Amino acid sequence: MEPKLVLSSSPHIRSGLTTQRIMLDVLIALIPAFGVSIYVFGWSAILITVICIATCVLTEYVIEVILKRKITISDLSACVTGVLIAFNLPYSAPWWMCIIGSVFAIAIVKQLFGGLGHNFLNPALAGRAFLLASWPTRMTGSAFVPPDAVFNTTVDVASAATPVDATAMATPLGIVHGNLNIALPSLWEMFVGFPGKYGAIGEISALALIIGGLYLIIRGVISWRIPVCYLATVAIIAFFYGDNVIFQLCAGGLMLGAFFMATDYVSSPSTPLGQVIFAVGCGVITMIIRKYGGYPEGVSYSILLMNCCAPLIQKYTKNLKYSSREKKGKEALQ
Amino acid sequence: MKSFKYLTNGLIKENPTFRLLLGMCPTMAVTTAAVNGIGMGLSTTAVLIGSNVAISALRKFIPDSIRIPAFIVIIASFVTIVGMLLKAYIPVLDAALGLYIPLIVVNCIILGRAEAFAFDHTVVESLYDGIGMGLGFTLSLTVLASVREIFGAGTFFGIPLFGDAFEPVTLMILPPGGFIVLGLGIGLVNLITAIRKEREKNKKKAVELKEVKS
Repeated sequence: MEPKLVLSSSPHIRSGLTTQRIMLDVLIALIPAFGVSIYVFGWSAILITVICIATCVLTEYVIEVILKRKITISDLSACVTGVLIAFNLPYSAPWWMCIIGSVFAIAIVKQLFGGLGHNFLNPALAGRAFLLASWPTRMTGSAFVPPDAVFNTTVDVASAATPVDATAMATPLGIVHGNLNIALPSLWEMFVGFPGKYGAIGEISALALIIGGLYLIIRGVISWRIPVCYLATVAIIAFFYGDNVIFQLCAGGLMLGAFFMATDYVSSPSTPLGQVIFAVGCGVITMIIRKYGGYPEGVSYSILLMNCCAPLIQKYTKNLKYSSREKKGKEALQ
Repeated sequence: MKSFKYLTNGLIKENPTFRLLLGMCPTMAVTTAAVNGIGMGLSTTAVLIGSNVAISALRKFIPDSIRIPAFIVIIASFVTIVGMLLKAYIPVLDAALGLYIPLIVVNCIILGRAEAFAFDHTVVESLYDGIGMGLGFTLSLTVLASVREIFGAGTFFGIPLFGDAFEPVTLMILPPGGFIVLGLGIGLVNLITAIRKEREKNKKKAVELKEVKS
């Protein structure tokens, strides 16, 4: 006899929202930043992005076949990870670095911890951290700056005995961190991204990243809490340090991190209060690293560190309405 | 020979590093080069054999209530001997391992084997257990250290493996690399153990089926 009554547990209402649709939205939101990177870096930006995406998707497929898991490459999450890794690399990254970073991100950080939904770190950022620790010279300073870049050195080049090594360290934060005698890009250049502001492929234009971020917020893919609180925390701390707030907001990977990486569903808290705590923590750590750290930029490490705290934050900010803990508390009150 | 089975116990089945997760501190700290891995492993083996035999021989004389201090005294004596021998004959290795030689005293493998094995087994059995566990520790340290050295420095026992174009994965000889390789190693050993168990189960089932049929 056919069962006439189908029993299943809640939720019963299905929305059209799928992982694939969310990831597609993220990819769409990254298009403006990708456009800027192509404009500034040309072919190398396209090449690096393609290598990273291809490696991520292939690694995901191979690992899932080996571990006999469901093949999930069609949900586009590996694609997003690939794009984000590429966006965190300097334009001069060699092909093997793109491949190693992508394999590490997908195979070790994502799949070995159980696949999408189980990784406790953001795979793209963990991949970047791996590359930065392994090949520091290829991930810092002059690696970000094309050889034909022109800088306004405040040192009189002609009178110096040896030519000033203008490209030694020339991302805006690098200039500040290293106290270099290079004029910083104007605030408008910092905001739009060119000319004169260099950095990883995807972090050139704050404007393009904000457009993408706003698209995600309007589409309801990410909540405003993490990016807004993150940026606000950085702005407030920068203000109290007497720094130029706009400069600190537009510099480095802050916009990319705040809109696209700190908002990763899996590795950030899902409760509203938790998201605020998470974002404020990211902002504080970012500014601590920028001000006192050995590296000029701290966005990626701040997000990774807060990723580690996310489960704890989630646990203590959960809605307690239906949990046994609150019941106990109420009983104690009575 | 009955006590012989204790010899192979420590190699894979109860491998101190990959299965019992003992002695993590030296495992993480010294496995940056294969030579250090072997050196640390063999030093620990020497101490482990000595302490296992001595504790087993003295087990009837040591009162239960003060056994831990007694173990530590015995272990510390052997560590001192090994440390002095290393200083006298292999000063290079002594310099490379540094503080981690005296710290063998508090290595949990040694105290663990004394408490869990030597204290209620015969001298011969304890000897075999010491050799087996020590070699298991040496084996796992050498494997970990080799992987880390090959990727992290591009060399194996100091011999360059790849051409000049190779840029070593510095992370592998940094602490995170140690954790990553250890994690992968534990996973691999767990996988091997699971496959073995599965096979034994299938064998037993097949035997049972045969018995039922006949």
